[in-house]
Amino acid sequence: MTAKIKSKPSYRRREIIAFYLCISPWLIGVILFVAGPMLASFLLSFTRWDYFSSIQWNGLRNYEKMLDDEYFWTALRVTFTFAALYVPLSQIISLSVALLLAKKIKGVGLFRTFFYLPAILSGTAYVVLWVWLFEPDRGLINNVLSWLGIKGPRWLSDPNTALYALVIMSLWGMGSSLMIYIAGLKNIPEQLYEAAELDGARRFSRFYYITLPMLSPTIFFNLVLVLIQTFQSYTTAAVATGGGPLDSTLFYLVYLYRRAFVNQEAGYAAALAWVLFLIILFFTLLVVRSSQAWVYYEGGKGKEKE
Amino acid sequence: MTSPLSELPVKISASFTRRGLGRGIFGKFLIYLLLSVTSLIYIFPIIWMLLTSLKPSYQVFSPDLLPNPVEWSNYPRSFTYTGLDFGKLYLNSTIITLTNVVGTVISSTIVAYGFARLHAPGKNLLFLLLLATMMIPFPVTMVPTFALFNFLGWIDTLLPVTIPALFGNAFNIFLLRQFFMTLPVELEEAARIDGANTMQIIYRVMAPLIIPAEAAVAVLTFQNTWNDYLTPQIYIRDQSLYTVAQGIRFLRGSLNPQWELMMAASLMAMLPVVILYLIAQRYFIEGITLTGIK
Repeated sequence: MTAKIKSKPSYRRREIIAFYLCISPWLIGVILFVAGPMLASFLLSFTRWDYFSSIQWNGLRNYEKMLDDEYFWTALRVTFTFAALYVPLSQIISLSVALLLAKKIKGVGLFRTFFYLPAILSGTAYVVLWVWLFEPDRGLINNVLSWLGIKGPRWLSDPNTALYALVIMSLWGMGSSLMIYIAGLKNIPEQLYEAAELDGARRFSRFYYITLPMLSPTIFFNLVLVLIQTFQSYTTAAVATGGGPLDSTLFYLVYLYRRAFVNQEAGYAAALAWVLFLIILFFTLLVVRSSQAWVYYEGGKGKEKE
Repeated sequence: MTSPLSELPVKISASFTRRGLGRGIFGKFLIYLLLSVTSLIYIFPIIWMLLTSLKPSYQVFSPDLLPNPVEWSNYPRSFTYTGLDFGKLYLNSTIITLTNVVGTVISSTIVAYGFARLHAPGKNLLFLLLLATMMIPFPVTMVPTFALFNFLGWIDTLLPVTIPALFGNAFNIFLLRQFFMTLPVELEEAARIDGANTMQIIYRVMAPLIIPAEAAVAVLTFQNTWNDYLTPQIYIRDQSLYTVAQGIRFLRGSLNPQWELMMAASLMAMLPVVILYLIAQRYFIEGITLTGIK
Protein backbone atom coordinates (compact mmCIF):
# COMPACT_ATOMS: atom_id res chain seq x y z
CA MET A 1 0.00 0.00 0.00
CA THR A 2 2.72 2.45 0.89
CA ALA A 3 5.65 3.66 -1.14
CA LYS A 4 7.86 0.91 0.19
CA ILE A 5 7.05 -1.43 -2.67
CA LYS A 6 7.49 1.29 -5.27
CA SER A 7 11.10 2.00 -4.29
CA LYS A 8 13.57 0.22 -6.53
CA PRO A 9 13.39 -3.56 -5.95
CA SER A 10 17.16 -3.77 -5.71
CA TYR A 11 17.65 -6.30 -2.98
CA ARG A 12 21.01 -6.54 -1.32
CA ARG A 13 22.44 -9.99 -1.81
CA ARG A 14 23.38 -10.37 1.81
CA GLU A 15 19.89 -9.50 2.91
CA ILE A 16 18.37 -12.07 0.56
CA ILE A 17 20.65 -14.74 1.97
CA ALA A 18 19.83 -13.63 5.51
CA PHE A 19 16.09 -13.75 4.78
CA TYR A 20 16.18 -17.25 3.39
CA LEU A 21 18.43 -18.44 6.20
CA CYS A 22 16.06 -16.97 8.76
CA ILE A 23 12.95 -18.56 7.34
CA SER A 24 14.63 -21.84 6.42
CA PRO A 25 13.43 -23.72 9.53
CA TRP A 26 9.83 -22.93 8.66
CA LEU A 27 10.30 -23.52 4.94
CA ILE A 28 11.82 -26.96 5.51
CA GLY A 29 9.12 -27.73 8.06
CA VAL A 30 6.36 -26.74 5.66
CA ILE A 31 7.74 -28.95 2.90
CA LEU A 32 8.27 -31.92 5.23
CA PHE A 33 5.23 -31.69 7.47
CA VAL A 34 2.55 -29.67 5.66
CA ALA A 35 2.78 -29.25 1.89
CA GLY A 36 4.45 -32.60 1.24
CA PRO A 37 2.06 -34.63 3.41
CA MET A 38 -0.90 -32.76 2.00
CA LEU A 39 0.00 -33.65 -1.56
CA ALA A 40 0.91 -37.18 -0.49
CA SER A 41 -2.42 -37.50 1.28
CA PHE A 42 -4.23 -36.48 -1.90
CA LEU A 43 -2.33 -39.07 -3.95
CA LEU A 44 -2.73 -41.74 -1.29
CA SER A 45 -6.48 -41.26 -1.38
CA PHE A 46 -6.46 -43.02 -4.76
CA THR A 47 -4.52 -46.02 -3.49
CA ARG A 48 -4.68 -49.04 -1.23
CA TRP A 49 -1.89 -49.18 1.29
CA ASP A 50 -1.16 -50.57 4.75
CA TYR A 51 2.05 -48.51 5.41
CA PHE A 52 4.23 -51.57 4.83
CA SER A 53 3.59 -53.53 1.62
CA SER A 54 3.77 -51.90 -1.80
CA ILE A 55 1.24 -49.22 -2.71
CA GLN A 56 -1.56 -50.26 -5.10
CA TRP A 57 -3.38 -47.85 -7.37
CA ASN A 58 -7.06 -47.95 -6.57
CA GLY A 59 -8.55 -45.23 -8.75
CA LEU A 60 -11.70 -43.67 -7.33
CA ARG A 61 -12.67 -46.78 -5.44
CA ASN A 62 -11.95 -45.29 -1.99
CA TYR A 63 -14.42 -42.52 -2.68
CA GLU A 64 -16.98 -44.97 -4.06
CA LYS A 65 -16.52 -47.13 -0.99
CA MET A 66 -17.30 -44.13 1.18
CA LEU A 67 -20.75 -43.77 -0.38
CA ASP A 68 -21.65 -47.29 0.75
CA ASP A 69 -19.86 -47.04 4.10
CA GLU A 70 -22.57 -46.70 6.73
CA TYR A 71 -20.02 -45.73 9.40
CA PHE A 72 -18.91 -42.83 7.25
CA TRP A 73 -22.49 -41.52 7.12
CA THR A 74 -22.95 -42.13 10.85
CA ALA A 75 -19.75 -40.21 11.56
CA LEU A 76 -20.92 -37.35 9.36
CA ARG A 77 -24.33 -37.22 11.02
CA VAL A 78 -22.85 -37.34 14.53
CA THR A 79 -20.28 -34.64 13.74
CA PHE A 80 -22.85 -32.34 12.15
CA THR A 81 -25.31 -32.81 15.00
CA PHE A 82 -22.58 -32.05 17.51
CA ALA A 83 -21.49 -28.95 15.58
CA ALA A 84 -25.08 -27.75 15.12
CA LEU A 85 -25.54 -27.84 18.90
CA TYR A 86 -22.12 -26.88 20.17
CA VAL A 87 -21.23 -23.98 17.88
CA PRO A 88 -24.32 -21.80 18.51
CA LEU A 89 -24.62 -22.74 22.20
CA SER A 90 -20.97 -22.05 22.96
CA GLN A 91 -21.19 -18.67 21.24
CA ILE A 92 -24.43 -17.61 22.96
CA ILE A 93 -23.18 -18.65 26.40
CA SER A 94 -19.69 -17.20 26.07
CA LEU A 95 -21.07 -13.91 24.73
CA SER A 96 -23.59 -13.67 27.57
CA VAL A 97 -20.93 -14.29 30.20
CA ALA A 98 -18.60 -11.86 28.41
CA LEU A 99 -21.24 -9.12 28.69
CA LEU A 100 -21.05 -9.50 32.48
CA LEU A 101 -17.28 -9.87 32.67
CA ALA A 102 -16.52 -6.89 30.44
CA LYS A 103 -17.97 -4.51 33.04
CA LYS A 104 -15.55 -2.26 34.78
CA ILE A 105 -16.11 -3.40 38.33
CA LYS A 106 -13.73 -4.36 41.09
CA GLY A 107 -12.66 -7.97 41.33
CA VAL A 108 -13.90 -8.90 37.89
CA GLY A 109 -10.44 -10.29 37.09
CA LEU A 110 -10.93 -13.06 39.62
CA PHE A 111 -14.16 -14.16 37.94
CA ARG A 112 -12.42 -14.09 34.58
CA THR A 113 -9.76 -16.42 35.98
CA PHE A 114 -12.48 -18.85 37.05
CA PHE A 115 -14.30 -18.84 33.73
CA TYR A 116 -11.16 -19.28 31.67
CA LEU A 117 -9.64 -21.99 33.86
CA PRO A 118 -11.44 -25.00 32.30
CA ALA A 119 -10.29 -23.92 28.83
CA ILE A 120 -6.66 -24.55 29.71
CA LEU A 121 -7.47 -28.01 31.04
CA SER A 122 -8.61 -29.46 27.75
CA GLY A 123 -7.18 -32.91 27.43
CA THR A 124 -7.78 -36.36 28.75
CA ALA A 125 -7.93 -35.34 32.43
CA TYR A 126 -10.73 -32.87 31.61
CA VAL A 127 -12.72 -35.64 29.94
CA VAL A 128 -12.10 -38.17 32.72
CA LEU A 129 -13.37 -35.63 35.24
CA TRP A 130 -16.60 -35.26 33.24
CA VAL A 131 -17.01 -39.01 32.88
CA TRP A 132 -17.06 -39.05 36.67
CA LEU A 133 -19.56 -36.16 36.85
CA PHE A 134 -21.83 -38.00 34.39
CA GLU A 135 -21.55 -41.31 36.25
CA PRO A 136 -25.19 -42.50 36.19
CA ASP A 137 -25.54 -43.72 39.78
CA ARG A 138 -23.31 -41.58 41.96
CA GLY A 139 -22.09 -38.87 39.64
CA LEU A 140 -22.48 -35.26 40.72
CA ILE A 141 -24.93 -34.36 37.94
CA ASN A 142 -27.45 -37.11 38.61
CA ASN A 143 -27.06 -36.50 42.34
CA VAL A 144 -28.05 -32.88 41.91
CA LEU A 145 -30.90 -33.89 39.60
CA SER A 146 -32.20 -36.36 42.17
CA TRP A 147 -32.33 -33.63 44.84
CA LEU A 148 -34.60 -31.80 42.44
CA GLY A 149 -36.69 -34.92 42.10
CA ILE A 150 -35.54 -35.72 38.59
CA LYS A 151 -34.24 -39.13 37.67
CA GLY A 152 -31.19 -38.37 35.55
CA PRO A 153 -30.53 -40.33 32.36
CA ARG A 154 -27.64 -42.75 31.99
CA TRP A 155 -25.78 -40.06 30.03
CA LEU A 156 -22.66 -41.54 28.42
CA SER A 157 -23.94 -45.12 28.49
CA ASP A 158 -27.20 -44.30 26.72
CA PRO A 159 -27.06 -43.85 22.93
CA ASN A 160 -29.89 -41.32 23.16
CA THR A 161 -28.07 -38.98 25.52
CA ALA A 162 -24.35 -39.61 25.02
CA LEU A 163 -23.90 -36.96 22.34
CA TYR A 164 -25.71 -34.34 24.45
CA ALA A 165 -23.45 -35.21 27.37
CA LEU A 166 -20.46 -34.51 25.12
CA VAL A 167 -21.96 -31.14 24.13
CA ILE A 168 -22.37 -30.17 27.80
CA MET A 169 -18.88 -31.43 28.56
CA SER A 170 -17.40 -29.35 25.75
CA LEU A 171 -19.29 -26.20 26.70
CA TRP A 172 -17.34 -26.08 29.95
CA GLY A 173 -14.18 -25.27 27.96
CA MET A 174 -15.52 -22.31 25.99
CA GLY A 175 -13.09 -19.94 27.73
CA SER A 176 -11.13 -18.83 24.69
CA SER A 177 -14.28 -17.64 22.88
CA LEU A 178 -15.16 -15.84 26.10
CA MET A 179 -11.80 -14.06 26.33
CA ILE A 180 -11.98 -12.98 22.70
CA TYR A 181 -15.48 -11.59 23.28
CA ILE A 182 -14.33 -9.67 26.36
CA ALA A 183 -11.50 -8.12 24.35
CA GLY A 184 -13.93 -7.29 21.55
CA LEU A 185 -16.41 -5.67 23.95
CA LYS A 186 -13.70 -3.52 25.48
CA ASN A 187 -12.87 -2.14 22.04
CA ILE A 188 -16.32 -0.64 21.60
CA PRO A 189 -16.02 3.11 22.23
CA GLU A 190 -17.92 4.31 25.29
CA GLN A 191 -19.16 7.40 23.43
CA LEU A 192 -21.51 5.30 21.34
CA TYR A 193 -23.39 4.23 24.46
CA GLU A 194 -23.37 7.75 25.85
CA ALA A 195 -24.82 9.13 22.66
CA ALA A 196 -27.47 6.42 22.58
CA GLU A 197 -28.51 7.22 26.12
CA LEU A 198 -28.99 10.82 25.24
CA ASP A 199 -31.31 9.63 22.54
CA GLY A 200 -33.14 7.61 25.17
CA ALA A 201 -32.18 4.16 23.92
CA ARG A 202 -33.08 1.38 26.31
CA ARG A 203 -30.81 -1.45 27.34
CA PHE A 204 -32.03 -3.88 24.72
CA SER A 205 -31.79 -1.33 21.88
CA ARG A 206 -28.29 -0.43 22.99
CA PHE A 207 -27.32 -4.09 22.81
CA TYR A 208 -29.05 -4.64 19.49
CA TYR A 209 -28.01 -1.46 17.70
CA ILE A 210 -24.55 -0.86 19.18
CA THR A 211 -23.05 -3.92 20.87
CA LEU A 212 -24.05 -6.51 18.29
CA PRO A 213 -22.96 -4.61 15.13
CA MET A 214 -19.73 -3.39 16.76
CA LEU A 215 -18.98 -6.89 17.95
CA SER A 216 -19.88 -8.62 14.68
CA PRO A 217 -16.26 -8.89 13.44
CA THR A 218 -15.38 -10.64 16.71
CA ILE A 219 -18.40 -12.94 16.44
CA PHE A 220 -17.34 -13.74 12.90
CA PHE A 221 -13.80 -14.55 13.99
CA ASN A 222 -14.95 -16.78 16.84
CA LEU A 223 -17.45 -18.54 14.62
CA VAL A 224 -14.83 -19.49 12.04
CA LEU A 225 -12.38 -20.61 14.72
CA VAL A 226 -14.87 -22.72 16.65
CA LEU A 227 -16.33 -24.24 13.50
CA ILE A 228 -12.91 -25.42 12.31
CA GLN A 229 -12.10 -26.84 15.75
CA THR A 230 -15.46 -28.54 16.20
CA PHE A 231 -15.20 -30.57 13.00
CA GLN A 232 -11.85 -31.85 14.30
CA SER A 233 -13.07 -32.85 17.76
CA TYR A 234 -11.37 -36.00 18.86
CA THR A 235 -10.30 -36.27 22.49
CA THR A 236 -13.75 -35.86 24.11
CA ALA A 237 -15.32 -38.78 22.25
CA ALA A 238 -12.13 -40.86 22.10
CA VAL A 239 -11.70 -40.79 25.87
CA ALA A 240 -15.29 -40.55 27.13
CA THR A 241 -17.07 -43.04 24.89
CA GLY A 242 -14.67 -44.34 22.26
CA GLY A 243 -17.38 -43.49 19.71
CA GLY A 244 -20.10 -45.54 21.38
CA PRO A 245 -22.56 -46.55 22.64
CA LEU A 246 -23.90 -47.91 19.34
CA ASP A 247 -21.77 -45.38 17.43
CA SER A 248 -23.89 -42.54 18.83
CA THR A 249 -20.78 -40.42 19.39
CA LEU A 250 -18.69 -41.56 16.46
CA PHE A 251 -16.97 -38.25 15.68
CA TYR A 252 -15.52 -38.05 12.20
CA LEU A 253 -11.97 -37.90 13.49
CA VAL A 254 -12.53 -40.87 15.79
CA TYR A 255 -13.63 -42.89 12.77
CA LEU A 256 -10.77 -41.57 10.67
CA TYR A 257 -8.29 -42.52 13.39
CA ARG A 258 -9.76 -46.02 13.51
CA ARG A 259 -9.37 -46.51 9.76
CA ALA A 260 -5.92 -44.94 9.64
CA PHE A 261 -4.21 -46.47 12.64
CA VAL A 262 -6.26 -49.40 13.88
CA ASN A 263 -7.21 -50.94 10.53
CA GLN A 264 -4.11 -49.46 8.87
CA GLU A 265 -6.00 -48.47 5.73
CA ALA A 266 -3.81 -45.53 4.73
CA GLY A 267 -5.48 -45.03 1.34
CA TYR A 268 -9.04 -45.02 2.61
CA ALA A 269 -8.09 -42.87 5.62
CA ALA A 270 -6.44 -40.34 3.32
CA ALA A 271 -9.65 -40.14 1.28
CA LEU A 272 -11.67 -39.63 4.47
CA ALA A 273 -9.23 -36.91 5.54
CA TRP A 274 -9.61 -35.07 2.25
CA VAL A 275 -13.38 -35.18 2.50
CA LEU A 276 -13.14 -33.71 6.01
CA PHE A 277 -10.81 -31.01 4.70
CA LEU A 278 -13.28 -30.11 1.93
CA ILE A 279 -16.17 -30.00 4.41
CA ILE A 280 -14.24 -27.66 6.70
CA LEU A 281 -13.21 -25.52 3.75
CA PHE A 282 -16.81 -25.37 2.51
CA PHE A 283 -18.25 -24.24 5.83
CA THR A 284 -15.46 -21.76 6.44
CA LEU A 285 -16.06 -20.19 3.04
CA LEU A 286 -19.79 -20.20 3.69
CA VAL A 287 -19.30 -18.20 6.89
CA VAL A 288 -16.82 -15.89 5.17
CA ARG A 289 -19.22 -15.26 2.26
CA SER A 290 -22.19 -14.73 4.52
CA SER A 291 -20.18 -12.36 6.69
CA GLN A 292 -20.51 -9.64 4.06
CA ALA A 293 -24.18 -9.48 4.90
CA TRP A 294 -23.93 -9.34 8.67
CA VAL A 295 -20.45 -8.25 9.72
CA TYR A 296 -20.25 -4.53 10.26
CA TYR A 297 -16.90 -2.85 9.77
CA GLU A 298 -16.50 0.64 11.09
CA GLY A 299 -16.45 3.24 8.34
CA GLY A 300 -17.85 0.72 5.85
CA LYS A 301 -14.35 -0.61 5.20
CA GLY A 302 -15.71 -4.07 4.55
CA LYS A 303 -17.94 -3.01 1.71
CA GLU A 304 -15.62 -0.57 -0.04
CA LYS A 305 -12.82 -3.06 -0.33
CA GLU A 306 -14.92 -5.76 -1.92
CA MET B 1 -15.18 10.70 27.37
CA THR B 2 -13.75 13.50 25.30
CA SER B 3 -16.91 14.04 23.32
CA PRO B 4 -18.38 17.54 23.61
CA LEU B 5 -21.68 15.92 24.47
CA SER B 6 -20.45 14.90 27.87
CA GLU B 7 -20.45 18.52 28.96
CA LEU B 8 -24.16 18.93 28.43
CA PRO B 9 -26.23 19.08 31.61
CA VAL B 10 -28.60 16.46 30.24
CA LYS B 11 -25.90 13.89 30.83
CA ILE B 12 -26.40 14.12 34.57
CA SER B 13 -29.93 12.83 34.47
CA ALA B 14 -29.06 10.29 31.82
CA SER B 15 -26.28 8.83 33.89
CA PHE B 16 -28.76 7.55 36.45
CA THR B 17 -29.94 4.92 34.05
CA ARG B 18 -26.71 4.37 32.19
CA ARG B 19 -26.00 0.73 31.50
CA GLY B 20 -28.82 -0.25 33.84
CA LEU B 21 -27.39 -3.25 35.64
CA GLY B 22 -24.25 -2.49 37.58
CA ARG B 23 -25.22 1.03 38.52
CA GLY B 24 -25.85 1.93 42.11
CA ILE B 25 -25.19 -0.17 45.17
CA PHE B 26 -28.09 -2.52 44.60
CA GLY B 27 -27.14 -3.09 40.95
CA LYS B 28 -23.51 -3.77 41.91
CA PHE B 29 -24.64 -6.25 44.52
CA LEU B 30 -26.82 -7.99 41.96
CA ILE B 31 -23.91 -8.29 39.53
CA TYR B 32 -21.58 -9.69 42.17
CA LEU B 33 -24.22 -12.15 43.27
CA LEU B 34 -24.83 -13.29 39.70
CA LEU B 35 -21.12 -13.62 39.00
CA SER B 36 -20.40 -15.43 42.26
CA VAL B 37 -23.15 -17.97 41.79
CA THR B 38 -22.39 -18.69 38.13
CA SER B 39 -18.65 -18.90 38.65
CA LEU B 40 -19.12 -21.19 41.64
CA ILE B 41 -21.24 -23.53 39.52
CA TYR B 42 -18.71 -23.23 36.76
CA ILE B 43 -15.75 -24.07 38.95
CA PHE B 44 -17.53 -26.68 41.05
CA PRO B 45 -16.45 -29.69 38.95
CA ILE B 46 -12.86 -28.92 39.93
CA ILE B 47 -13.79 -28.70 43.62
CA TRP B 48 -15.74 -31.96 43.28
CA MET B 49 -12.68 -33.56 41.67
CA LEU B 50 -10.53 -32.46 44.62
CA LEU B 51 -13.08 -33.75 47.15
CA THR B 52 -13.41 -37.11 45.39
CA SER B 53 -9.66 -37.50 45.15
CA LEU B 54 -9.34 -37.29 48.94
CA LYS B 55 -12.06 -39.77 49.83
CA PRO B 56 -11.39 -43.30 51.01
CA SER B 57 -12.63 -45.73 48.35
CA TYR B 58 -15.64 -46.91 50.40
CA GLN B 59 -16.86 -43.32 50.63
CA VAL B 60 -16.75 -42.46 46.93
CA PHE B 61 -20.26 -43.76 46.28
CA SER B 62 -21.73 -42.36 49.48
CA PRO B 63 -23.69 -39.09 49.40
CA ASP B 64 -21.16 -37.35 51.71
CA LEU B 65 -19.80 -34.14 50.29
CA LEU B 66 -16.61 -33.90 52.33
CA PRO B 67 -14.03 -36.66 52.58
CA ASN B 68 -13.88 -38.22 56.02
CA PRO B 69 -11.21 -39.19 56.84
CA VAL B 70 -9.07 -37.30 54.34
CA GLU B 71 -7.14 -39.92 52.40
CA TRP B 72 -3.94 -38.22 51.26
CA SER B 73 -2.43 -41.55 50.35
CA ASN B 74 -4.67 -41.62 47.26
CA TYR B 75 -2.14 -39.36 45.56
CA PRO B 76 0.95 -41.55 45.86
CA ARG B 77 -1.22 -44.62 45.16
CA SER B 78 -2.62 -43.08 41.98
CA PHE B 79 0.90 -42.99 40.58
CA THR B 80 1.32 -46.74 40.34
CA TYR B 81 -1.94 -48.57 41.07
CA THR B 82 -2.58 -49.70 37.48
CA GLY B 83 1.00 -50.83 36.95
CA LEU B 84 1.63 -47.77 34.84
CA ASP B 85 4.52 -45.80 36.33
CA PHE B 86 3.34 -42.18 36.29
CA GLY B 87 6.74 -40.95 37.48
CA LYS B 88 8.11 -42.07 34.14
CA LEU B 89 5.17 -40.52 32.27
CA TYR B 90 5.78 -37.15 33.93
CA LEU B 91 9.39 -37.35 32.82
CA ASN B 92 8.30 -38.11 29.23
CA SER B 93 5.74 -35.30 29.17
CA THR B 94 8.27 -32.87 30.63
CA ILE B 95 10.89 -33.74 28.02
CA ILE B 96 8.36 -33.44 25.19
CA THR B 97 6.81 -30.22 26.45
CA LEU B 98 10.06 -28.42 27.19
CA THR B 99 11.54 -29.40 23.81
CA ASN B 100 8.42 -28.09 22.10
CA VAL B 101 8.42 -24.82 24.03
CA VAL B 102 12.12 -24.06 23.60
CA GLY B 103 12.22 -25.30 20.01
CA THR B 104 9.21 -23.41 18.81
CA VAL B 105 10.10 -20.17 20.60
CA ILE B 106 13.63 -20.07 19.19
CA SER B 107 12.81 -21.06 15.63
CA SER B 108 9.59 -19.05 15.41
CA THR B 109 11.43 -15.94 16.59
CA ILE B 110 14.07 -16.25 13.88
CA VAL B 111 11.51 -16.92 11.13
CA ALA B 112 9.25 -14.13 12.38
CA TYR B 113 12.14 -11.67 12.30
CA GLY B 114 12.89 -12.67 8.71
CA PHE B 115 9.32 -12.02 7.66
CA ALA B 116 9.08 -8.79 9.62
CA ARG B 117 12.30 -7.09 8.68
CA LEU B 118 14.29 -8.60 5.82
CA HIS B 119 13.50 -8.05 2.16
CA ALA B 120 13.94 -10.63 -0.57
CA PRO B 121 12.21 -11.68 -3.75
CA GLY B 122 9.43 -14.20 -3.09
CA LYS B 123 8.82 -12.97 0.43
CA ASN B 124 5.21 -11.91 -0.09
CA LEU B 125 4.35 -15.20 -1.72
CA LEU B 126 5.97 -17.14 1.12
CA PHE B 127 4.10 -15.07 3.66
CA LEU B 128 0.84 -15.94 1.95
CA LEU B 129 1.87 -19.58 2.12
CA LEU B 130 2.48 -19.15 5.85
CA LEU B 131 -1.02 -17.78 6.34
CA ALA B 132 -2.50 -20.55 4.20
CA THR B 133 -0.82 -23.29 6.24
CA MET B 134 -2.53 -21.97 9.36
CA MET B 135 -5.85 -23.04 7.83
CA ILE B 136 -4.87 -26.63 7.03
CA PRO B 137 -6.47 -29.05 9.47
CA PHE B 138 -4.17 -31.59 11.11
CA PRO B 139 -6.14 -34.67 9.96
CA VAL B 140 -5.26 -34.02 6.31
CA THR B 141 -1.55 -34.42 6.93
CA MET B 142 -1.89 -37.06 9.64
CA VAL B 143 -1.67 -40.22 7.52
CA PRO B 144 1.35 -39.33 5.33
CA THR B 145 3.20 -37.84 8.30
CA PHE B 146 2.74 -41.12 10.13
CA ALA B 147 3.99 -42.94 7.02
CA LEU B 148 7.07 -40.71 6.94
CA PHE B 149 7.94 -41.27 10.60
CA ASN B 150 7.20 -44.95 10.19
CA PHE B 151 9.61 -45.06 7.24
CA LEU B 152 12.27 -43.34 9.35
CA GLY B 153 11.73 -45.90 12.13
CA TRP B 154 10.61 -43.23 14.56
CA ILE B 155 7.48 -44.98 15.85
CA ASP B 156 7.73 -45.59 19.59
CA THR B 157 10.36 -42.92 20.05
CA LEU B 158 9.90 -39.37 21.29
CA LEU B 159 11.16 -37.97 17.96
CA PRO B 160 7.78 -37.53 16.17
CA VAL B 161 6.41 -35.49 19.07
CA THR B 162 9.47 -33.27 19.48
CA ILE B 163 11.35 -32.80 16.18
CA PRO B 164 8.51 -31.05 14.24
CA ALA B 165 8.48 -28.27 16.85
CA LEU B 166 12.03 -27.30 15.94
CA PHE B 167 10.73 -26.02 12.61
CA GLY B 168 8.53 -23.39 14.19
CA ASN B 169 4.81 -23.06 13.99
CA ALA B 170 2.90 -20.90 11.49
CA PHE B 171 0.57 -19.43 14.09
CA ASN B 172 3.41 -18.45 16.44
CA ILE B 173 5.49 -17.06 13.60
CA PHE B 174 2.59 -14.87 12.55
CA LEU B 175 2.00 -13.67 16.11
CA LEU B 176 5.67 -12.77 16.70
CA ARG B 177 5.96 -11.14 13.28
CA GLN B 178 3.06 -8.82 14.15
CA PHE B 179 4.98 -7.74 17.25
CA PHE B 180 8.30 -7.25 15.45
CA MET B 181 6.48 -5.04 12.93
CA THR B 182 5.58 -2.57 15.68
CA LEU B 183 9.20 -1.94 16.73
CA PRO B 184 11.07 1.06 15.27
CA VAL B 185 13.68 0.24 12.59
CA GLU B 186 16.21 2.67 14.10
CA LEU B 187 17.02 0.22 16.87
CA GLU B 188 18.42 -2.37 14.49
CA GLU B 189 20.19 0.18 12.35
CA ALA B 190 22.14 1.42 15.34
CA ALA B 191 23.10 -2.16 16.22
CA ARG B 192 24.05 -2.92 12.65
CA ILE B 193 26.34 0.12 12.49
CA ASP B 194 27.99 -1.20 15.63
CA GLY B 195 28.76 -4.34 13.63
CA ALA B 196 26.13 -6.74 14.93
CA ASN B 197 25.10 -9.59 12.63
CA THR B 198 21.52 -10.71 12.06
CA MET B 199 21.50 -13.33 14.79
CA GLN B 200 22.94 -10.88 17.30
CA ILE B 201 20.34 -8.33 16.32
CA ILE B 202 17.55 -10.85 16.82
CA TYR B 203 18.76 -12.12 20.18
CA ARG B 204 20.38 -9.03 21.68
CA VAL B 205 18.14 -6.28 20.38
CA MET B 206 14.81 -7.46 19.02
CA ALA B 207 13.74 -10.55 21.00
CA PRO B 208 14.13 -8.86 24.41
CA LEU B 209 11.69 -6.17 23.26
CA ILE B 210 8.87 -8.59 22.57
CA ILE B 211 9.19 -10.72 25.70
CA PRO B 212 5.43 -10.53 26.42
CA ALA B 213 4.72 -12.04 22.99
CA GLU B 214 7.42 -14.67 23.45
CA ALA B 215 5.89 -15.53 26.81
CA ALA B 216 2.46 -15.84 25.24
CA VAL B 217 3.86 -18.22 22.63
CA ALA B 218 5.69 -20.19 25.31
CA VAL B 219 2.70 -20.65 27.62
CA LEU B 220 0.32 -21.55 24.78
CA THR B 221 2.79 -24.09 23.42
CA PHE B 222 3.26 -25.52 26.90
CA GLN B 223 -0.49 -25.87 27.38
CA ASN B 224 -1.12 -27.39 23.94
CA THR B 225 1.75 -29.86 24.15
CA TRP B 226 1.04 -30.94 27.71
CA ASN B 227 -2.65 -31.49 26.96
CA ASP B 228 -2.24 -33.03 23.52
CA TYR B 229 -3.55 -36.56 23.29
CA LEU B 230 -4.01 -37.32 19.59
CA THR B 231 -0.40 -36.85 18.45
CA PRO B 232 1.29 -39.02 21.09
CA GLN B 233 -1.51 -41.57 20.67
CA ILE B 234 -0.58 -41.94 17.00
CA TYR B 235 3.16 -42.41 17.51
CA ILE B 236 3.63 -43.86 20.95
CA ARG B 237 2.31 -47.33 21.79
CA ASP B 238 5.10 -48.35 24.17
CA GLN B 239 3.74 -47.72 27.66
CA SER B 240 7.10 -46.68 29.05
CA LEU B 241 7.09 -43.77 26.58
CA TYR B 242 3.49 -42.68 27.25
CA THR B 243 2.73 -39.06 28.04
CA VAL B 244 0.69 -38.12 31.11
CA ALA B 245 -2.34 -37.47 28.87
CA GLN B 246 -2.08 -40.99 27.51
CA GLY B 247 -1.68 -42.36 31.02
CA ILE B 248 -4.94 -40.73 32.12
CA ARG B 249 -6.66 -42.22 29.08
CA PHE B 250 -5.26 -45.59 30.12
CA LEU B 251 -6.84 -45.25 33.58
CA ARG B 252 -10.17 -44.46 31.95
CA GLY B 253 -9.90 -47.76 30.07
CA SER B 254 -9.78 -49.86 33.22
CA LEU B 255 -12.83 -52.09 33.67
CA ASN B 256 -13.20 -51.44 37.36
CA PRO B 257 -12.70 -47.69 37.74
CA GLN B 258 -11.37 -46.46 41.06
CA TRP B 259 -12.70 -42.94 40.86
CA GLU B 260 -10.84 -41.54 43.87
CA LEU B 261 -7.52 -42.61 42.33
CA MET B 262 -8.51 -41.50 38.83
CA MET B 263 -9.46 -38.08 40.17
CA ALA B 264 -6.19 -37.82 42.08
CA ALA B 265 -4.24 -38.71 38.94
CA SER B 266 -6.30 -36.31 36.78
CA LEU B 267 -5.84 -33.46 39.20
CA MET B 268 -2.09 -34.04 39.24
CA ALA B 269 -2.07 -34.13 35.44
CA MET B 270 -3.82 -30.76 35.29
CA LEU B 271 -1.59 -29.15 37.89
CA PRO B 272 1.41 -28.07 35.77
CA VAL B 273 -0.78 -26.10 33.35
CA VAL B 274 -2.91 -24.64 36.15
CA ILE B 275 0.16 -23.45 38.08
CA LEU B 276 1.62 -21.94 34.93
CA TYR B 277 -1.73 -20.28 34.22
CA LEU B 278 -1.95 -18.74 37.67
CA ILE B 279 1.61 -17.41 37.40
CA ALA B 280 1.46 -16.22 33.82
CA GLN B 281 -2.25 -15.60 33.38
CA ARG B 282 -1.67 -12.35 31.56
CA TYR B 283 0.25 -14.11 28.79
CA PHE B 284 -2.35 -16.83 28.31
CA ILE B 285 -5.07 -14.27 27.81
CA GLU B 286 -2.83 -12.06 25.69
CA GLY B 287 -1.98 -14.97 23.44
CA ILE B 288 -5.64 -15.83 22.97
CA THR B 289 -6.96 -12.34 22.46
CA LEU B 290 -4.18 -10.68 20.46
CA THR B 291 -4.45 -13.25 17.74
CA GLY B 292 -8.19 -12.79 17.77
CA ILE B 293 -8.26 -9.06 17.48
CA LYS B 294 -5.28 -8.05 15.35
